[in-house]
Amino acid sequence: MSLFARISARIGSLQLDAEIAAESGPLVLIGPNGAGKTSLLSVLLGARSHDRARIVIGDTVLVDSERRIALPIGARRLGYVPQDYALFPHMTVRENVEFAMRAAGIPSAGALNVLQELGVAGLADRRPMALSGGEKQRVALARALSVRPRALLLDEPLAALDVHARREVRQLLAATLQRLALPTLIVTHDPLDARVLGTRIAALEGGKITQIGSWAELDAAPATHFVAEFVRSSEVG
Amino acid sequence: MQRIAIAGLGALLVAFLALPIIALFGTLSLSDMQVGLQRSLVWPALRLSVLTTLCSLVFVISLGTPLAWTLADRRGRFSGMIETVMQLPIVIPPAVAGVAMLLAFGRRGLMAGLLYPRGESVSFTTAAVIMAEVFVSAPFYVQAAISAFRRIDPRWITVAKTFGASELQVLFRVALPLSAPALVAGAAMSWARALGEFGATLMFAGNLEGRTQTLPLAIYTALESDMRAAQALAIVLVVFAFGLLLLIRSSAQSSEDRTR
Repeated sequence: MSLFARISARIGSLQLDAEIAAESGPLVLIGPNGAGKTSLLSVLLGARSHDRARIVIGDTVLVDSERRIALPIGARRLGYVPQDYALFPHMTVRENVEFAMRAAGIPSAGALNVLQELGVAGLADRRPMALSGGEKQRVALARALSVRPRALLLDEPLAALDVHARREVRQLLAATLQRLALPTLIVTHDPLDARVLGTRIAALEGGKITQIGSWAELDAAPATHFVAEFVRSSEVG
Repeated sequence: MQRIAIAGLGALLVAFLALPIIALFGTLSLSDMQVGLQRSLVWPALRLSVLTTLCSLVFVISLGTPLAWTLADRRGRFSGMIETVMQLPIVIPPAVAGVAMLLAFGRRGLMAGLLYPRGESVSFTTAAVIMAEVFVSAPFYVQAAISAFRRIDPRWITVAKTFGASELQVLFRVALPLSAPALVAGAAMSWARALGEFGATLMFAGNLEGRTQTLPLAIYTALESDMRAAQALAIVLVVFAFGLLLLIRSSAQSSEDRTR
């Protein structure tokens, strides 16, 4: 399965014109602050409106403005893990997953299985407040997967973690994503995240994609000053 | 030295606000209080106040919550205007509210033809008391609910919607539980305002014992004949209002804890 998206949208003073594709392996989206990364995710999700867009996952057309197709946010079935994970604080881990499944029309009896698959079934009766950063991340991923999504969108999945937790959770996440084999888009600020998690990397600057390629390609021939700095900072770190 | 002078000015205000409350409690002996509470107008007024303010609270919450949820979005073209209009009852004098209610819902009011085809009207009935209370107290709840809904991290809402949650599921399972403490605080504030309502009630509903004479009106009536009864009633009202204030403060505290 693959994810293809071509999007034109006006977001505040930013004109977003981007085309991205994620096929085998996650696509990582990098870019300076205010370049439109999170806005791009919002348009993909259907939380923000677009001017023109075409979004296709496998054979399913989610949005095609020429054919006047635009599935509403709840019908797109995208697994979304926002920054800081946004677990519902008034529900336990199990209730978080059950709520998602019920809203998606899936019998919620399978909630524990979903948690089991990500190795967090033992946390089922805890509240999000009582979880470590890495645990929250896995629970949020389990919740996103519980609705059997067509694709995964992760916004800064490791930014909320401290340096020690980060390395371990990064490896776990990479292994999980490989096993899932879902079209995946990851937004990150961190060069190491991009390098470890991304099969391909897309740089978004000022609302436009300035380069797409593997880490090696970006490293060998960075197209912009930002990409050059980004690649170099991973070597220093 | 300057610091002490500034604090001293503040202390003057504290003294000014505290003295009447102290006088209220300090100048009435326990036996006077007992005698005062035995006056015939006391219990009907107390019963009526509890009944009507609870009714108005039910109206305010069940209509105010959907309104606040709609306005919190800021999406509609008129939502800003409606929000401002909703705050009007806070600033207009209760006497003006009373006149306005009479002109709208009175026997010869704007809606009379529609509401009272057979001539009898709602004014000077218990229903009119509830209407006056809703009018003056609703803005307090609606305003608190709007700001509570706006404080919810929008990512929670977006995430819920990506699962396919309907608008009602988002409201009942996510928004309401997350803003519950702030909503309780708003409801308590609104209740306190309804309980103290005097001017609009007097003009629109009158001062009929057992039917429209609420606690504040009973205090006003008792004042003419028996100071002790007025004072005893006032103390009941103050104690109840203070309880509400404590509820508001503790709810506001847990609301801060909950929405990060």
